Amino acid sequence: MQLPESWLRALVNPPLSTAELCHLLTMAGLEVEETRPASADFFNVVVARVLSVDTHPDADKLKLCQVDTGEHGVLRIVCGAPNVAADMVVPCALVGARLPGIEIKKAKVRGVESFGMLCSARELGLSDDHGGLLPLPADAPIGQNVRDYLQLDDTLITLKLTPNRADCLSLTGIAREVAALTGAALTLPTVEPVAPVHDQTRGVVLDAPDACPRYCGRIVRGVNARAATPDWMKRRIERCGIRSISALVDVTNYVMLELGQPLHAFDDAELSGAIHVRYPRAGEQLLLLNEQTVTPAGNTALIADEQNGGRALALAGIMGGEHSGIDEATTDLFLESAFFAPDAIAGKARALGFSSDASHRYERGVDFDLQRTAIERATQLILDICGGRPGPVVEAVAAEHLPKRAPVRLRSARAAKVLGIVLAPAQIEALLKGLGLACARDGDDFTVTPPSHRFDIAIEEDLIEELARLHGYDNIPAPAPRARMAMLPQTETRRSPRDVRGLLADLGYHEVVNFSFVEAGWESDFCDNAMPIALANPIASQMGVMRSSLIGGLVGNFVANRSRQTERVRVFEIGRCFLDDAAGGPVPGFSQPLRVAGLCSDTALPEQWGVAARAVDFFDVKADVEALLAPAALRFDKVQHPALHPGRAATVMLDGRAIGVVGELHPRWAQKYELGAAPVVFEVELEALLARSLPAYREISRFPAVTRDIALVVGQEQPVQPLLDVMLCKAAAIVRGIELFDVYHGKGLAEGKKSLAFRIVMQENQRTLSDGEVEAAVTELVATAQSAFGAELRK
Amino acid sequence: MDNLDQLVATALAEFAAVSEPARLEDVKARYLGKDGTLTALLKGLGKLAPEERKTAGAAINVAKGTVESALAARRDALRQAALEAQLAAEALDVTLPGRAQSQGSIHPVMRTLDRIEQLFRSIGFEVADGPEIEADWHNFTALNTPENHPARSMHDTFYLLGPDGRVRADVLLRTHTSPVQIRTLLAHVERHKHLEHMPEIRVICPGRVYRVDSDATHSPMFHQVEGLWVGEDISFADLKGVVADFLRRFFESDDLKVRFRPSFFPFTEPSAEIDVAFMHGPMEGRWLEIAGCGMVHPNVLRCGGVDPEKYTGFAFGMGPDRLTMLRYSISDLRLFFDGDLRFLSQFN
Repeated sequence: MQLPESWLRALVNPPLSTAELCHLLTMAGLEVEETRPASADFFNVVVARVLSVDTHPDADKLKLCQVDTGEHGVLRIVCGAPNVAADMVVPCALVGARLPGIEIKKAKVRGVESFGMLCSARELGLSDDHGGLLPLPADAPIGQNVRDYLQLDDTLITLKLTPNRADCLSLTGIAREVAALTGAALTLPTVEPVAPVHDQTRGVVLDAPDACPRYCGRIVRGVNARAATPDWMKRRIERCGIRSISALVDVTNYVMLELGQPLHAFDDAELSGAIHVRYPRAGEQLLLLNEQTVTPAGNTALIADEQNGGRALALAGIMGGEHSGIDEATTDLFLESAFFAPDAIAGKARALGFSSDASHRYERGVDFDLQRTAIERATQLILDICGGRPGPVVEAVAAEHLPKRAPVRLRSARAAKVLGIVLAPAQIEALLKGLGLACARDGDDFTVTPPSHRFDIAIEEDLIEELARLHGYDNIPAPAPRARMAMLPQTETRRSPRDVRGLLADLGYHEVVNFSFVEAGWESDFCDNAMPIALANPIASQMGVMRSSLIGGLVGNFVANRSRQTERVRVFEIGRCFLDDAAGGPVPGFSQPLRVAGLCSDTALPEQWGVAARAVDFFDVKADVEALLAPAALRFDKVQHPALHPGRAATVMLDGRAIGVVGELHPRWAQKYELGAAPVVFEVELEALLARSLPAYREISRFPAVTRDIALVVGQEQPVQPLLDVMLCKAAAIVRGIELFDVYHGKGLAEGKKSLAFRIVMQENQRTLSDGEVEAAVTELVATAQSAFGAELRK
Repeated sequence: MDNLDQLVATALAEFAAVSEPARLEDVKARYLGKDGTLTALLKGLGKLAPEERKTAGAAINVAKGTVESALAARRDALRQAALEAQLAAEALDVTLPGRAQSQGSIHPVMRTLDRIEQLFRSIGFEVADGPEIEADWHNFTALNTPENHPARSMHDTFYLLGPDGRVRADVLLRTHTSPVQIRTLLAHVERHKHLEHMPEIRVICPGRVYRVDSDATHSPMFHQVEGLWVGEDISFADLKGVVADFLRRFFESDDLKVRFRPSFFPFTEPSAEIDVAFMHGPMEGRWLEIAGCGMVHPNVLRCGGVDPEKYTGFAFGMGPDRLTMLRYSISDLRLFFDGDLRFLSQFN
């Protein structure tokens, strides 16, 4: 809501500067979002009368004017405006005046001296109009400063009102608030009933009393729709950001701004029979004032008359219809001042794709006792400006549908408990009364009946907020908290995601945060997911579905960074994936696991001296995954995964459970997404990473360990893991570890064979091992490998 | 005896002339070896008369001692020279760069979330977590946000399509972290229902939230941190104390100005918006909106199974993206979600 400070001060004028007033409003919950001057900065411009206009001796388009500037004398001014004429009253910038962008000096214009400048609205920064001089009324006092005459020393205040404060969507409401906060006197315009001069009325029927429990209407005959809006009214509504249209429309807007009651004026000549407030019939259409034809939903109330058995005239509380609206030819009007229930209006305009000043107010709550006052106020203003003969006010009420204002109990003790400060009952009483809340005191407690203009006081806490607001949030202390001290659990067998982040950063990965919604193509390419969870209202089609894997986002990061000349990309993300899962929770039907995924491209190490550059491969990233989960022993099983190279992909297994995958991106996707060489990626369930075992001490042997190396020749296709598994399983008790330390194939080996070199460590805690048992253990391992896999000892 | 002096002088000269350790031992043998000159002289003493023997023996022993110590000194010198030669040969250009894997980084917003967690942990807050596809009931209804509230429109909230292609009314992408309040309350009440005095709830919940909004200052996905403290005696003054203290610790600025001004949220009453103003730097003196907060609305407590007469509490919702931007002077929110390594690598 935008308003001029001058209008507010006309209603309530506390001894505060503009800045202090704005701070007061902000700290009371009426946030001042912006303040700006009502006009550009200029000075030394006065009201002047053009006495005579003569031609310029050397220029066809310029005129020589004699201008009366009052106490500044009669001046000769050269003027090029097309509309300059004798007797015209205009703004005149005197020598020494400063205008936006110009300083006025005595000057020769085509050889003729000129002592000032006659101004257009644009030259004064008042509007964009530069069609000619700004004409001022003939009775404007000659010589008066134009800033004073046009009341330009004013500030436009923009309030960002919260939806609960509909009562402050009017000057009266804001003024009431300022008066309560400062104690300054409130001077509201007095509204007297306007006596009817004829008895013609239109019946009003509330067919939808739940949507419209109160409707006031009045016929005014013989108005002059062409009358000019007075400057003071025009200035006020324009400074509230509403365009001046015609005197009749301006009056309805003025009363809405002043009192908060939206009004509508129908051309009475277009109406037929009684006014009905009813719900639409099936398929009923209406052409609105904004030239939009709508077919309102069944729960949107209409204003209708009785022509042809009933015709829609307006969307109740939202916008009038085109055909029944007033224009310059209107002489008889039907004025509407109604209360529409917030629930009946809420969301309706937005559903039709627009918003109006009326619907904005009604959906938040208009004072339901205000309709008669507002129609009287509007009638009086219309009579003053446009003339006319008013009829009586017709009022239809469905009292049982009007909002209820149940008394609310307020306990001083409860206020102290909630706020943390003690307000004395007398202080509470004073604060409530300052706000104009009717309250009855009972000891330390109160019973408050909220007024009809407040829609946000229903429970005790609402009143406590009012107390806090008026007392001032600033005046509530901010002590250090006091609480019972109890140590928080520190689970050593569980690390935090922060630890995982630190590990990955240490391994050279940069953390990214990617959107949870991705393009559907990623889901089908990287997850083989043809039915991803789709958004109903994505902001863009490439953010249309919820991801079931983090891999797509990381590939996207790789693509984006390559386009910025960064080829070597190491990124990771910790985030949720979203899966349709009938057994999932906590929201039924979905599982939403947190995962950690990474991507590495280009070289294993950054390019550096003394290290041969080598492309990152499966085993580099596998080692990172192992480091992440250490000390847990992982197993890796070959796997087919839609995102990954079929020969270079593995499932990550922990305690027999698949917890993720690691592998090279499928060359098909490397080509499709123009990645150059395929990056290596991994994706693991975060939950599996967080659990870790408590270290358990094993006795350190005082006796020497014995190491033996063996090389076993097996078929090229033989995976290492099963071989190791069997050897470990069958090994003698003295064998403490078997590690693979070399893989060789080529010269010296038969075609299709490879040699695997293992280091076997043997030890006993209680004695030194004998050569015999060492040799026996090694021989047994070789025999096991031979019988299970046909491995041969390489000599 | 001139002979002997001559002999010693020659030996010393020969030692000095040698630069190879092996050569030195050869020279040594010629004087001190089994057949060495000095050894021969000592052996020849027996042939002398006893009176001559004593003086000659002493002279030879002095000469031998001189030669031996010269030999030892020369050995040391040669060893030292060899070591120095080795060290010189092994010298590195220590100004060459070290060899390593590149350094990664933690996302700046996560750094902020870590700091927030640690600060709140220090006064006994635990970290809670909740789903991002959330039930409408938890996101809105239980948070006292009525059916026709503007936030529920498709303009603000992301909804999902059901398998039949129709918009699902029961679930959505959470628009704030506040539904975790409800989940936390319900779980806490369930855990402690046998107790007459329920222990306090002190949690924060960081996470991603979603709104249909995208421009230079809004992202359709962003972060939020919810805070909740519910107990038998928690007041608005406590809320002010905790949040003001947090903000000063977070920004490490004791002269940070913090103000609470009345605002409106359906799920708190009284409600406040929290603004901060820095006393230094590019934002000096400007009030910046940093969080919304308030006393948990009685209807919300009831939805969480908590008796609002007995227990009160406060909640706040902060924007860690905003806090991060202020902390590190980042001007564009979109950088957080862009995965640009030139940006991310600044936070290692």
